[in-house]
Amino acid sequence: MAALTRYLRNPAALLGAVLLLLVVAVALAAPVLFPKDPLGLAGRPLQWPFVNPKVWLGTDASGRDIAAQIFHGARVSLLIGLVATAIAIAIGIAVGAVAGFYGGLIDDLLMRVTEAFQTLPNFLLLLVLVAVFGSDITTVTVAIGLVSWPAPARLTRAEFLTLRNREFVQACRVLGMGDARIIAREILPNALPPVIVYASVVMAVAILLESALAFLNLSDPNVASWGNLIGAGRGVLRTQWYVSAIPGVAILVTVLAVSLVGQGLNDALNPRLRGPAPVKAAS
Amino acid sequence: MTILLLALRRLAASLPTLLVILAGLFLLLQLAPGDTVDALMAQMGGGDPATAEELRRYYGLDLPAAAQLARYLWRLVQLDLGQSAIYGKPVATVIAERLPVTLLLMGASLTLAFAGGMVLGVVAARRIGQWPDTLISTLGLMFYATPSFWFGLMGIVLFAIHLGWLPAGGFEEVGAGYTGLTRVLDIARHLVLPTLTLALVFLATYLRIMRASMLEVMSLDYVRTARAKGLGETGVIVRHALRNALLPMVTLVGLQAGTMLGGSVVVESVFALPGLGRLAYESVVQRDLNTLLGIVFVSALLVITVNFLVDLIYGRLDPRIAAGR
Repeated sequence: MAALTRYLRNPAALLGAVLLLLVVAVALAAPVLFPKDPLGLAGRPLQWPFVNPKVWLGTDASGRDIAAQIFHGARVSLLIGLVATAIAIAIGIAVGAVAGFYGGLIDDLLMRVTEAFQTLPNFLLLLVLVAVFGSDITTVTVAIGLVSWPAPARLTRAEFLTLRNREFVQACRVLGMGDARIIAREILPNALPPVIVYASVVMAVAILLESALAFLNLSDPNVASWGNLIGAGRGVLRTQWYVSAIPGVAILVTVLAVSLVGQGLNDALNPRLRGPAPVKAAS
Repeated sequence: MTILLLALRRLAASLPTLLVILAGLFLLLQLAPGDTVDALMAQMGGGDPATAEELRRYYGLDLPAAAQLARYLWRLVQLDLGQSAIYGKPVATVIAERLPVTLLLMGASLTLAFAGGMVLGVVAARRIGQWPDTLISTLGLMFYATPSFWFGLMGIVLFAIHLGWLPAGGFEEVGAGYTGLTRVLDIARHLVLPTLTLALVFLATYLRIMRASMLEVMSLDYVRTARAKGLGETGVIVRHALRNALLPMVTLVGLQAGTMLGGSVVVESVFALPGLGRLAYESVVQRDLNTLLGIVFVSALLVITVNFLVDLIYGRLDPRIAAGR
């Protein structure tokens, strides 16, 4: 309750929450306001925004409605962000918990693999994964999750290292609890809050990674994605720059909202620590 | 000298990591549908299966995966990255041609991001809660949340198309035949927009870290001592606070080396720069797996090198480390 009050008193956090609700509302409204295929023809190509009320954000070079693509793109971005983050956090918690709890050889081994992933540039690894497994939307989402787990893993490991020899854990051992139960039921709930807060950073980066991939034409072309639209607008940048400009603003607002909410949560939950350190991925 | 030994030991410790990376990637690439020869045949407009078989034998693609991996690693030890199927040259040569552009772009961006982040971070920390702090922090958040390729495109629209101040892409004026200083200036002009594009995102991160670190250091006792002995505000900041506040910034450079390389893939594509990132993109599109693997190998080496340098700088900034703590 105290945390909620603290959150609501923080203007930046409040702004983030409002923006995020706005993006979610846009995503939910997409099929209602634009029931037709957002990638279908809507009219004459390259109409400027606010000229034709039927396509109020204008049309792109192939005559597709930009507003429809923005609305449906919100669904895609949020969905990819959420699922990829869930995958990354799940792997990160599993690896970090086992490494931190057991230590020794297992820890060494797992940290070597984590280090290998961190030494490789995220985006290059993503390119390799897409080159190997193709670029439909499921593959792209899983691939983004697969390149994003090392940071949550390190965070979880650090939490487990400080918690594993606390008295309550020793008490559980004395009571004869199994390792799996101690990890999942006793330590994990205590280690979770910073990892959950960090999830906002992972999600922001995941959305940026997908948009960069889509911009390079390496994501799913059959989905209305903001990155795809920016990439499509590149060809007419010289005169019809609005085609690329509009979806960029949409990405900016979404990533900003997610970051602000994450920061607000962090400030509300750990009032003494300020802001999760952003670990920026390629975009 | 202790610091050099320490750094060298860390360097040696990254060798197994490198091996894990290479083995993992190689095995991953085995799962790829279609191989170099398929891509080659498609480029030639098809061909008969006998030719394909012969090409596969030539590239060693008919061997089992384990044998191919062993062969690949053995050649890597001899610093032979294999032959690029698309460019018809050794991969090492192709990469060496492209590497300087990327290093130049990364070096310029890193310098700009570090210097800009440092100055803005100090200003924000000095004026905490006042309008300069709010403005700088807000700008930082916006930079952080913006996709860099979009920044690049909007930069092209504004500075290249509407104002006509800067070129929209390319590394230099092709065919102009510039030499000496004219050529250097020409390249610099071409690199302004890409450098800004790549740097802004990182500047945002450095600025936040610098601000937080500066706030922490300024509250410490020795800063109060420096003030008490009558040192001016500038003297306190430059001579006493900055050096210690820089430590987390330097760590971040090492952590973000790989990220910056990844970012250059996108930025080089936006500005048609003939660098390593663009090469990576081309090899993905054309399924030139040898080249892709070579780029990943070189990138990993680059990240490890940057971390080695960061270790050395760290030792200079924080003598406690050099004292073998």
